Amino acid sequence: MSTIPLSAQLINLCASVILLLAFAMLAQRRVMQLINLFALQGLVLCLSTLVVAVTTKQHHLYWSAGLTLLLKALLLPWILHRLVRKLYVKWDIESLVNVPTTMLVGVVLVMIAFNVAQPISLLSQTISRGTLGIALAVVMLAFLMMITRTKAIPQVVGFLAMENGLFLAATSATYGMPMVVELGIALDVLVGVIILGVFFFQIRDQFDSLDIRNMERLKDN
Amino acid sequence: MEPDIFILLLAIPLVSGALLTVLGEREWAPNLNIIASGGTFLASVLLTADIVAHGPRFALGEQFFIDSMNVFFVTLTAFVGMTTSIFSGPYMKNEREHGRLSAPRLRLYKSMFQMFMFTMLVALTTNNMGILWVAMEAATLTTVLLVSLYRTPASLEAAWKYFILCGVGIAQALFGTILLYFAAERVLGETGNALLWTHLVDVKSQLEPHIMALSFIFLLVGYGTKVGLAPLHNWLPDAHAEGPTPVSAVLSGLLLNVALYAILRCKVLADGAVSPDFAGNLMMGFGLLTLLMAAFFLGRQKDIKRMFAYSSIEHMGLITFAFGMGGAVANYAGFLHMTMHSLTKSAIFFAVGHATQKTGTQLIADIRGLIHINPLIGWSLMLGTLAILGMPPFGVFASEFMILTHAMKHYPWTTPILLTALGVAFAQIFGKVQPMVFGETHAKPLPHAPAITPVFLHLALVLMIGLYIPPYLTRWFHEAARMLG
Repeated sequence: MSTIPLSAQLINLCASVILLLAFAMLAQRRVMQLINLFALQGLVLCLSTLVVAVTTKQHHLYWSAGLTLLLKALLLPWILHRLVRKLYVKWDIESLVNVPTTMLVGVVLVMIAFNVAQPISLLSQTISRGTLGIALAVVMLAFLMMITRTKAIPQVVGFLAMENGLFLAATSATYGMPMVVELGIALDVLVGVIILGVFFFQIRDQFDSLDIRNMERLKDN
Repeated sequence: MEPDIFILLLAIPLVSGALLTVLGEREWAPNLNIIASGGTFLASVLLTADIVAHGPRFALGEQFFIDSMNVFFVTLTAFVGMTTSIFSGPYMKNEREHGRLSAPRLRLYKSMFQMFMFTMLVALTTNNMGILWVAMEAATLTTVLLVSLYRTPASLEAAWKYFILCGVGIAQALFGTILLYFAAERVLGETGNALLWTHLVDVKSQLEPHIMALSFIFLLVGYGTKVGLAPLHNWLPDAHAEGPTPVSAVLSGLLLNVALYAILRCKVLADGAVSPDFAGNLMMGFGLLTLLMAAFFLGRQKDIKRMFAYSSIEHMGLITFAFGMGGAVANYAGFLHMTMHSLTKSAIFFAVGHATQKTGTQLIADIRGLIHINPLIGWSLMLGTLAILGMPPFGVFASEFMILTHAMKHYPWTTPILLTALGVAFAQIFGKVQPMVFGETHAKPLPHAPAITPVFLHLALVLMIGLYIPPYLTRWFHEAARMLG
């Protein structure tokens, strides 16, 4: 049996930490801590991209690692922190129902993700191919988080975590998308968060809260 | 200077969008909006003439690619954009005088409208499947704040739903794009070219079938969310009903088309890589499901814009089904139906916009006797409705007839489903629109005379194509249908 090189082990370690953080976010009730977890996920994502970049000497990956650090570990969490302060929801605690059940559903999702990703990983030649399953799992966990949350900000954090998972998928299967596409995606995410920031104020002014359950009136009667 | 026309096509909406933001809401801002949209349309016509004369071409290196398939969508997009800006001039002035919108909101509306046109045109002309994704997402972002323009609880809810559902959908499409890149990279190598559609088409038969199959499923579900395909269509009726009417018109007439265009580009690749029936069968399935679902939901609507939003879903289902059948005839019918639906549905939304402003309500039960209030508005709603329901001699009849006969010939089992859905839709919509137009009334005059010209311009085009399709248009549709394989 051949030993796995150190770099591949590091990448797998980073990916596992990202998955762990995805589970942590699923169970986190406090909005500030949730944003911090998201920032941490961005940081680990940047580290893992950096390891891939150093091992494979793919120059554009340095750029995407830098972009990840700037955008997902610093800028977006900063914007979200500011929003939370300005909206006075700093101490918001969500009453999550059934954390254990959610976690169990999450575990099932991870198993599904691994099964879906396995045939693709086998075809891939990249050093980080083992993490494709994890990437898909992170996407699905973020999706689950968006479904279970009832407040606007955690839903958006879920949305951004989903983007993290997709980014991980791109680096693990293909060493990242072409630079122009990555820049475009980063721009979209940034503009999206800014627009949502504006949007949060509109929602709060109208409903006096950021609870999404207020917004279930439109139905096909 | 050939490339200039193309640059102009993208530059006009971008620059005028920025100008409208900086200069704010002025007396002449609506006119600037119309001039910019008119300029874009002119550029698209010149570009079309160029493509028809000289064949497909690239722009800005290989980043943009214009062939007879997308130039047709470009012209349609620019045309509906222009008529919508004409329509929105008096419409938005009336909204302002009713106190529903303030000057800053109107500024937001006009700048975002131009940015939306820009993203649509980029999505249509880009050669890069990644940039296509970026432009589709940007199109959502530009319209989110437009859907919530009235800042009512219902409009905020609609915009939130729109953002989250389309965001989740578009995330699926991104995963599909990543898989596509993964498959392409194995053949084309790690160059920036591996996502360029023209390169992908050349090697489509060598792409790994398993990855391509998975990729197409993700892309179909992702972009399908934006097309309004069931079961991820829920955002569409809300966004159409709660946003301002010009926004409903461009969402229905343009955004859905562009999203479907993205799927068609992906289908060409999937057809080459996987067995030819794979993508087609998936699209036929989704199309039929959407068509049937929408037809039965139509009758339950109490809001006129919601009802026509469901009608858009229904037609998108039918078009998806037509492209799913594939082949020269069905593709031709699909393109024709897309054009007819765009023109007719935006005309209907224009008419509905005037009608709701006149009566001050969107509730079907409260809109009565439009024909007595304003015969022009009444007739335009009636004619538009007849056109969209597929009555001859309007163009929708021609395309629906072609789709139906083709389905009978090649997929006879779908005939009862199609006929049921179309029949139910006809009964529901006609039954509701008839009293709205001919019933008893109580309504007030508007301060600004409505712009009826765009409505009749659209309907006249639909009528003309129903009676006589000009040879160059036929050639163009045939060309586009052939490219789709």
